[in-house]
This record gives sequence, structure tokens and C-alpha cells, in this order.
Amino acid sequence: MRTGVSPVSEILLPLAIAVPIVAATLPIAFGRRFDAIGWPVAALTTTAVVAMAGTVAREVYGTGPFDHELGGYAPPIGIELVADEFSAAVFLLVALVSAATLVFTRVVGPRRNTFYSAYLLLTGGLVGVSLTGDLFNLFVFLEIVGLTTYALIAADRSGASAYASLKYLVVGTVGASLYLTGVGYVFLATGTLNMADVSTQLGAVGYTDPLVQTGYALIAVGFALKMALFPVHTWQPDAYQRAPDAVTTVVAALVSTVSAYALLRVSYSVFTVDFLAANDAITTGILVVSGVSILAGSALAAMQSDLKRMFAYSSVAQFGLIAATVGLATETALLGGIVHLLGHGLLKFGLFLGIGLLAAGYGVRHVADLASLARDAPLASGSLAVLALALVGIPPSIGFLGKWYVALGAVEAGGTTGGIGGIAIAAVVFVSTLFTLAYVARVLERLYFAGVDRSIPVVHEIGAVPDGGRSGRLPIAPLVVLVVTAIAAVGLGFAGAGFESLLDPFLTEVFA
Amino acid sequence: MTQLSAVGGTKIGGVLTSATAFDVITTRHAYVAFALLLCIGLYVLIASPNLVKKIIGLNLFQTAIFLLFVTSGYVEGGSIPIVSPDAAGGPYVSPLPHVIVLTAIVVGVSLTAVGLALCLRIYDEYGTLRVDTLRELLREEGTLPAGPKAGKRTSDANGGESRE
Repeated sequence: MRTGVSPVSEILLPLAIAVPIVAATLPIAFGRRFDAIGWPVAALTTTAVVAMAGTVAREVYGTGPFDHELGGYAPPIGIELVADEFSAAVFLLVALVSAATLVFTRVVGPRRNTFYSAYLLLTGGLVGVSLTGDLFNLFVFLEIVGLTTYALIAADRSGASAYASLKYLVVGTVGASLYLTGVGYVFLATGTLNMADVSTQLGAVGYTDPLVQTGYALIAVGFALKMALFPVHTWQPDAYQRAPDAVTTVVAALVSTVSAYALLRVSYSVFTVDFLAANDAITTGILVVSGVSILAGSALAAMQSDLKRMFAYSSVAQFGLIAATVGLATETALLGGIVHLLGHGLLKFGLFLGIGLLAAGYGVRHVADLASLARDAPLASGSLAVLALALVGIPPSIGFLGKWYVALGAVEAGGTTGGIGGIAIAAVVFVSTLFTLAYVARVLERLYFAGVDRSIPVVHEIGAVPDGGRSGRLPIAPLVVLVVTAIAAVGLGFAGAGFESLLDPFLTEVFA
Repeated sequence: MTQLSAVGGTKIGGVLTSATAFDVITTRHAYVAFALLLCIGLYVLIASPNLVKKIIGLNLFQTAIFLLFVTSGYVEGGSIPIVSPDAAGGPYVSPLPHVIVLTAIVVGVSLTAVGLALCLRIYDEYGTLRVDTLRELLREEGTLPAGPKAGKRTSDANGGESRE
């Protein structure tokens, strides 16, 4: 790591974690005197975090990665926070999305002060996961993220959301515990917990040591649970569907994303490519699981009629794509994994924001409710359509860029090693794109070509009536955020060369 | 068991060259207890239909991991790691795993608290803590999609031992 960083930038790393966590106490502390203090506190804090993320990103991409030793204890004994090309990008995504979601929560709620306390804790945890350079510290931040997510999902106080949340709690805790067990095995093998140090020590221990192999397997399974890959994804659609709309927006965009980030980080920076190359069984296993996950997630999404559930299953497929890059272990695939990780976070933020907005304005819950909505809400429908097409991977869009690099990396992996794994993943990506198109096309067809005259009140089925009294107008501020997100999703599609050059130092280091 | 003995024989001890199952139980009992607790916890978590018992299973599962960490720091004949100024004494047991476990315990307690709070709310809403009964209630409510078993046991969906 580089020395001689301006002390201001260096201190921003711990501050970006500490400020939201400390600020989380304020809404509770002052909640008795001021009724609606939660939102202003959260807005101020997340804006500050965005500023910090921007400064850190400028420093990292301008001059190079840097780190901060917590409490002045030097690693490997002390804990360090690291900002490199990869973590700075995730940090920026976390900061932007958590600030932008607040625009939406202001309109649709939840409005309680305690909600914003949990929200700020979540932000702090997410930033922590993206910046930490210590395996055990990563566990603590993952659990902070987990705990607050469980609380937020149940924030509307209904029985259904409590059940969904408890299901997530059980599965998520098992996932985190398996990760911790894996870290325990790695600790037994190397005697250290600092990521950089573990990675050097592992070379000495040997990559085919059974203890190291088991440790990695446990860590990978733990993250698979947290990311909701196919056989262990069942918590995720319920959680996304039952959570309040604003919570789904932030959770779908960030929570599984940072788990996937942690998987990529631990696989590539801690265990390194040499470990993956030395353990064919593990990479094959990952490829099989992620391949099945991509197909099953897409197929299940195509079968859904509830919009939130549909895009929740779509996340199962997209995270399969990201996990596949670990099994492929080529430079292009990793670049694709990182781009898709960021792109998917952005797209899911936009999609769930759009769905939430339409639900707030028109009571839309199911695909059928979308009938000809484009006439009433052209901007929201247009943005939703653009984001959905970006999710399919239509160029130019960030979704296309990520898929393109992953598929290219897959073909490369198949070409260099002669294995069929890479080719199979490329084929799976292609097939799943067709599935994605299938469910996105249903949404678009309803939005634009349903041919329903909306001036006549639509007769809902029994059970869907409570939406009748909606205002039919969309709030302006979240709509602006939605449109900007859609534009960004398209605009970033042109930034392929930019991503390559910005992430190049990280990729070179990993594949050195 | 063969996997465990391989681990015990080559890595952790470094003394045993060919460990049998008996050796593992007598000399590596902490690791055996870790594996047993882990499996029991996971089994309770999966097999018990009661939500609170599931959380108990989760706690057992986590306790197993604490045991693994504490054991990893143990040194034969080691003393408490309070080092005197002249750095004499020792060998000491490693304090790092203890610190880790302390943090992990805090995490575990908070998880249990959130889990039990959710259980309470579910009980308030549906009057049951049994997963099978709960699923049927959720299906009737339309919250869960109708599964193969929907409607079979509706007559006793509200009653039974779960209310006790």
C-alpha cells in the first residue's frame, strides 16, 4: 500500500463507517422531542457519506489505493481499512444508492424515527463491508448489515413481513456462521486474519491443503446463502416482496451486492487466482451452482405475476452470473463480474424504485395492473422500460457491458483451458438472456400495448381493490431520481473503456 | 471422521502422524465436540417445526463456532496472556481468538433478540409458532402461493398444541 496519502483522505475511511453508525443514535435520542427528525438526520448523513465516497474515489482513481490502520495498530495484528479500485467503486455505489433511496422514503415512508436509525446502521454496515481489509471484521459488518436488513424488512409491522424477515434471519445467520467457520479454518491454517497477510501465508501453507480447501468451501457456501444462489435462494423472493417498497429498493440494490463483493474480494484478493487454479473441483462446483442459478432464477422469474417477486428471482440469476466469474477466474471475467455487480445494483435500484413509484401512484402490484400505464405515467414507464431492457442486456447499457465481459471471459476460459465449463457458462448466459427477455417483454407489452382505455376505471379482481383510492399522480422528486438512474444505466453503457482503465490496476494486481 | 483425523494428524497437532478415530476422540475432543454441536444445531434448525426451537438450534450452531475459535487459541500448558513488563513467563494462550469470540457472542445475542422479537410478532398475528400451521394460515391469507398441501388441514389450523 501507498504511503504519503493526505491525512484527510485517510481519515475518511473510518469516518465513513463511524458517522452513519453514530448518527443512527440521533433519531432515537431526539425522537421524543422532535417528531420527524429521522429523515433530516438520515439525509444529512448519507449526503456526507456521498461526499466522502466521492473524495475517496477521486483519491483512489487519481493517485492510487491507500489504507488506514484502525487505532494506530499496524496490520497484520491491527485491523485495516482499504480503499482500492474495487472497494472504492462499491463504496461509491453504496453511498449514492443509500442517499437516493431517501428521496423515495420521504414520499412513501416508513416515517418512524427508529426506521431511519436502522437505515443509517445499514448504511454504516454496507460501507464497512466494502472497505474492511480484515476477514473477521468483514463478518462483523456482514452481521450489522444482516441485522438491520431483518429489522427493515419487517418495518411495516405486518405478520407476513415478519415471517419473511425471520426466514431471512435464519438463512442469513447460517450463511454468516458458515463464513465464520470458514474463516476459523483459514485462521487455523495461517494464524492471521488480515486479508493481505492471509493471502501471503496461504501460499506458504499450500493451496491444496485440506484445511484451506474446506475453509474456502465453507466461505463460498456462506456467501451463496447470503447472495441467494439457486438452491438456497428461497428466503429472497419473500423478503423482497414483503418488505416495504422503499426497503426493497435499498436491500435489492445493496445488501446482496456487498455479499457478492465480499465473495469476489475473498476469492481473488485473499485466496488468489492460484488457489482457484489449483482446485479444479471447487471452481467446477461454483460454475455448476452458478450456471443452475442463472437458468433457474431466470425461469422462475418468467413464471411470476407479482412484479417485485419477478425482479427478485431475476436477482437470483444475476448473482449467479457474478458468482460464475469466480469459477471462471480469468481477467476479463473478473472485470465483467465487477461491472455487472455495480450495474446490477444500479439497475435493481431503478427497477424497484420504478415499481414502488407506480405502486404508490396507481396501486400496481402485478404485471396485469400495468395495463397501458404508459399513457398516464409516460416518464416512469419509459424509465422502467429502459431499465428492464438494460437488465436483459440490450446495448448500449451497463447491463450489456457486464454480461458481455462475463460471457467474453467465459469463452476465453473455455478457449485457454480447453474445458467445457467456460463454453457452458457462455451458453447459459445466452439462454438466460432469452428468459429475461421473456419476462421483460411481458412487462413492456402490458405497459405499452395492452390497449386498455385508462379513462374508464379499471375493475380489479376481488382482493386487488384497495388500490382504487390512489391519487394517480407520481411524486416529482423520486421520479427525477428514477429518470436519472435510467439515463445513467444507458450512459454507463458507453463507459466500457473507462471501467477497463479504472479497474486495470486492481486486475493487474490480482492476476500478477 | 477420516477427514478430521487427517486434519488432526497433519496440521493442528503436528505430532500425530497417523491418527485413528480413537486418537481423535481422546486427544482432539474439543474439535469432535465442535463438529457434533454444529451438526446438532443445524439439525434442530432444519428439523424442528417450532420457530423458537429453530432459534435455539441457531444458537447451538453459533456456539459450536465459538468453541472452534477458543480451541484454536489453546496452547498446551499455556497461561493467561497477561505479559509482565520483563516479558518473562509463558507460553501464553493466544488472546486473539478470545477477543473474536467475545465479538461473535455479541453478534449472536443481537441476532437472537431480533429473531425472538420477530417470533413474538408472528405469534401475536397468527397465534402459532409452528411452521406448518403458519404456512397454512399464510396460504389461506393469500400471502404464500397455494402449495400442494394447501387446504388439507385447514380444520385444525388454528388449534392444537401450538397455542399452549
